[in-house]
Amino acid sequence: MTHTIKVPIMADLSQQGTKPEYLYWVGCAGAFDDRYQKVARAFVKILHHLGVSYAILGKEETCNGDPARRAGNEMLFHMQAAQVVQLLTRYEVKKMITTCPHCFNIFLNEYPDVGWRGEVIHHSQFLQQMIDEGKLKVPKDMFNNQKVVFHDPCYLGRGNNIYDAPRQVIDALETDRVEMPRNKSFALCCGAGGAQMFKEAEPGSKEVYAERTEEALATNAGIIATACPFCMTMLTDGIKYKNKEEEVKNLDIAEMIASSLGL
Amino acid sequence: MAKQLIFLFVLLITLGVFAWTMSRIFSFFNLTKSAFPVRNIGKRINITLKVAIGQSKILRWPFTGLLHALVFWGFMVITFGSFEMVIDGLAGTERVLGTFGIVYDIIIGSGDVFAAIVLIAILVFLARRLFLSIGRFKGEEIKTISKIDANIALTMILLLMVSLLGMNIGYVALHGNNQIGVYPVSQWLAGYITSGMTIYGANIFHEVNWWAHILLIFIFANILPYSKHFHVFTSIPNVFLSRLEPLGYLPNMGNVMNEVKLMMNPEAANVEAPPISRFGVKDVEDTSWKNYADALACTECGRCTAVCPAAITGKKLSPRKIFVDLRARMKEKGPGLIKNGIDYSDNKSLIRDYISEEELWACTTCNACAQECPININHPTLILDMRRYLVMEEAAAPAGLNMMFTNIENNGAPWQRGPEERLEWTESLNA
Ligand code: SF4
Ligand code: SF4
Repeated sequence: MTHTIKVPIMADLSQQGTKPEYLYWVGCAGAFDDRYQKVARAFVKILHHLGVSYAILGKEETCNGDPARRAGNEMLFHMQAAQVVQLLTRYEVKKMITTCPHCFNIFLNEYPDVGWRGEVIHHSQFLQQMIDEGKLKVPKDMFNNQKVVFHDPCYLGRGNNIYDAPRQVIDALETDRVEMPRNKSFALCCGAGGAQMFKEAEPGSKEVYAERTEEALATNAGIIATACPFCMTMLTDGIKYKNKEEEVKNLDIAEMIASSLGL
Repeated sequence: MAKQLIFLFVLLITLGVFAWTMSRIFSFFNLTKSAFPVRNIGKRINITLKVAIGQSKILRWPFTGLLHALVFWGFMVITFGSFEMVIDGLAGTERVLGTFGIVYDIIIGSGDVFAAIVLIAILVFLARRLFLSIGRFKGEEIKTISKIDANIALTMILLLMVSLLGMNIGYVALHGNNQIGVYPVSQWLAGYITSGMTIYGANIFHEVNWWAHILLIFIFANILPYSKHFHVFTSIPNVFLSRLEPLGYLPNMGNVMNEVKLMMNPEAANVEAPPISRFGVKDVEDTSWKNYADALACTECGRCTAVCPAAITGKKLSPRKIFVDLRARMKEKGPGLIKNGIDYSDNKSLIRDYISEEELWACTTCNACAQECPININHPTLILDMRRYLVMEEAAAPAGLNMMFTNIENNGAPWQRGPEERLEWTESLNA
């Protein structure tokens, strides 16, 4: 039985005088990046499946200023931050889920400096928690011991010491999870962080994403799992660049969970 | 008595030169800006115990890590004996701390064993530098002089260990069965080296090694501040003064925040905030005391650069170079700044004359460097502070980034997509 999901919007709820438990911060990639839109869709499907009380900001959401700040434009960051803090304060947001480690990091670690402090949860942590609490039960036959390798996003891993949550989410599915030689705190960046996503790479002997993709492909995993929109862009490019689109898929952990649930 | 006077004289010269060098190096801290208040002493002690004393980060590279850890732990034990030598030298005593009995036996005994271990480790280190071609010992910032520096320091440590063992062997030969302390390695070596010696010969052997050892310590201590091996002194304090936030955290620029608030709402902002001379870091006088402490502590080991994605893929960025450059630039400009005041200029700057824009823009802020640095140096924060200068003072960002800024300003997203499109992904969502 299929039904249409209507994603709740903060402003609507507020007009009705209700408040959701969580704000899902979609992020610019979730809203605009063709590939990451699918992840946002997969994630809200899981939220509905679980019956989680949440809402998004919708048209009111605006960039939290992270790429500007990482590119050195502190002025622009503060202009965005002032707007975002105002929004979060207006809707009395106390708990926020993000599907982007960069959004996660800036809200968790840096927004307290600019006037908003709350519980910030990355979707890998959220999914892991739901699995741990037994609320999220996943059928195990979907991945049939397929080889999966997880690429650590820098701002989740080294940036905030979250290494186990995404792995435990993958391990909830029956997969044959393997590691790259450089994993966890030793993981190699995908090449997109620090606003690299928006500019040409400096001249060198190789692209960072190519180096990382080769490492991932060398594990012979059929699925490269990620949990970050930028990593997804880079590794998807890398897979294309290596002409491996047929054999190797790049999936977000939320997509893996959603598809195992048939969502 | 004559020996005591000579010793006192040499000791005073050593301490005098050392104090002079230190006051010079430390006077440069007056030129730097604030970084963070040093709070959470308990947490800092924990980090120091783990990262510095426990060598947790250097051990991330098991082989060389273990060798280094052994050298470090060896130094800690051996230093006890060096203090005793200073007391002996001044008071004309011999093995004066022997009164501590069993504790003394344990410390001096393990010092004797460690001397041999350190000696072997240093031989391995020297061989790696001299005969193997190891990537992380190379790089634009590693000039011939840096390589010589490394080899001199290693040789000095080697000689320190040889003389320490020599001294212990001589002592064992002289005192036979009524010696103070235990000397497992030297006892064994003495069987070969001093067995045929007369008491007179053994005395000279001991005396020569005793003086050689203490003089080498004095010389080494005074060479260190000019060497990358200064980390022998600076690394433990540097770890204690680590930044405590998660690596992902970037410090806020309160003055910019204030300026923005003032722009948006003239009454809300704190107008009292001190005016700022320059946004971000262009030159040494804009760096923080922590940046400079990091630069003094960097041992040029290259672990940071070895894991840097930019460096690995042939880009010009090397995180180690950032701190090698900062230290060199402070040495160059610091004296002029102290003499002529903070407005002094020599028509050069850290950015461009030392660190190119190309290097700064290649950083992904992945924090692999900061994660790896055995003494908790934080590179990305300083790189970001230099980007802040380039963008806010010179509007000198790469084209792609300027486009991203414009997009955020105009439509609140780094891409050319407007708020009205933000709900597109929610359309026809079925489950
Ligand atoms: S910054 Fe740290 S890791 Fe890099 S060379 Fe210096 S001491 Fe080694
Ligand atoms: S944070 Fe920057 S300098 Fe450090 S390893 Fe990553 S890319 Fe290199």
